[in-house]
Amino acid sequence: MSTVTYEDSKKVALKSILILAVITIIEVLIALMGKGYIIDGLHFPHSIMAIAMISLSAYKAYLILYEFMHLRYEVPTFVKTVIIPAFLLVWLVIALLVEGGYYFGARESAKNPAKTEIQK
Amino acid sequence: MASETLTHGPNTDHNTDNGAWQGGKEPFKASYGKLMIWYFLLSDAFTFAGFLIAYGALRFSVPTWPVPDFVFSTFPGGFHHKPLLFVTFMTFVLLTSSYTMVRAVQEGKLENKNGVVKWMIFTIVGGLGFISCQAWEWTNLISKEHMTIFNNPFGTHTENGVYLMGDGHDIKEGDTFVAGASYLIPHHDGEYKPLQYKVTDGPDTDVVKEQKMGPKAFGGLFFFITGFHGFHVSIGLLILILVCINAASGLYVKRKNGYEMVEKVGLYWHFVDLVWVFVFLVFYLL
Repeated sequence: MSTVTYEDSKKVALKSILILAVITIIEVLIALMGKGYIIDGLHFPHSIMAIAMISLSAYKAYLILYEFMHLRYEVPTFVKTVIIPAFLLVWLVIALLVEGGYYFGARESAKNPAKTEIQK
Repeated sequence: MASETLTHGPNTDHNTDNGAWQGGKEPFKASYGKLMIWYFLLSDAFTFAGFLIAYGALRFSVPTWPVPDFVFSTFPGGFHHKPLLFVTFMTFVLLTSSYTMVRAVQEGKLENKNGVVKWMIFTIVGGLGFISCQAWEWTNLISKEHMTIFNNPFGTHTENGVYLMGDGHDIKEGDTFVAGASYLIPHHDGEYKPLQYKVTDGPDTDVVKEQKMGPKAFGGLFFFITGFHGFHVSIGLLILILVCINAASGLYVKRKNGYEMVEKVGLYWHFVDLVWVFVFLVFYLL
C-alpha cells in the first residue's frame, strides 16, 4: 500500500464495488433471461449460461481477493502460498461431479433393470 | 571449527537479531496475525468448497432438482413470482457492507479514529441487514412453504398432464402443465397434500398420479450451507462489534500499527462476502 495514496485507494475501492454490483446484476439477468423470464420464449442452453455465470463469479472472487483483501499489494510468494493450494479444488469439483453423474446412471439402471432384458 | 563455519556461513553479514530464522523479521513482510488469518481463511475456504461441491455431486446424482428461480421467488410484503429479486437485494446488502469495511481499513491506515468507527458502524448495520434478510428467507421457507431439512416439497414434473384438483392459490382444476414445470406441494393441517393429476402423453397416458416430493437432499443442503454461511456472518458481526468498541475506546491508537486489528477483521468480513459469491452462484444462479 506504500505506493498507493489514500485518495487513489478510495477510488479503486469505489470502482471495485461498482464493478461487483454491475456483474451481479448481469449474472441475475443471464439467469432469468436464459429461462425466458424477461423476453418470452427466449432460452439459452444451460451449459452456456453456466459457463458465463461461473466465469463472472470467478472474476468477482478475483476482485474481492485482490482489491478488497489487498492480495495485490502483498509479497508475491505469500500470494502463491494462498492461491496455489486453492487450485486443488478444481480437481475436486471435476472428480465429484463425475461421481455424481455416475450415481445418477447407477440409480437409473437399478430402477429399470427390465431395459436390458427387452434388448435381448 | 564450529565458530569458523558460523562466521563463514552465508549469514555472516547479518548474523544478528535480524536473521530470518531468529525472530525480529517478518516473513512475507506481514505480521503473524495477518498471515495466520489468511491461512485460517484458506482452510475455511476448503470447508465451504467441500459443502458446495457435495451439493453439486448430489444434484448431478438425481434426475430432477428444484429450480432456483421457482423456489426463491417470494419477496417480503406478500409478493410472489419475483424470481431471485430478494436474494439479489441480500447480495447487494452484503457487498455494500464489504465496501464500507474497505473504507474503515483505509481510515485505519491514516490513524483516523472517528473514520474507522463511523465506517465500521455502517458495516455492522449492513451485516445485521443481511442476517435479517436471511432470517426472513428461512422463516418463509420453513413456515410458509414447509421445507425442512428432511422434507422438500419443491418438485418437478417429468411428464405433461392436467390437474384434477386445485390448491386454492395458483393452480385450478383443469390447469395443464408440461414436463419440467416446477411445483410446490400444498401443506395444510400439518400434512403435505399432494395434488392429483392425469398424465396426458407418453406411456402412462390417462393414468392418475399424485405430485411427488422433490429430492430430499435439497432442504438439508440449503439450510446447512446457508446456515453455515450465516453462522460466519454472525461471528463476523460479533467480532466487528468488539473491534469497533475497542477502536472507539482508543485502544488501537496506542498500538500505532495502522489499526491492524481492523484490517484483520476486515479480511474475515471480505471472506464472508467471497463465500457468498459462490453460495449465490451455486444455489441461486445455476
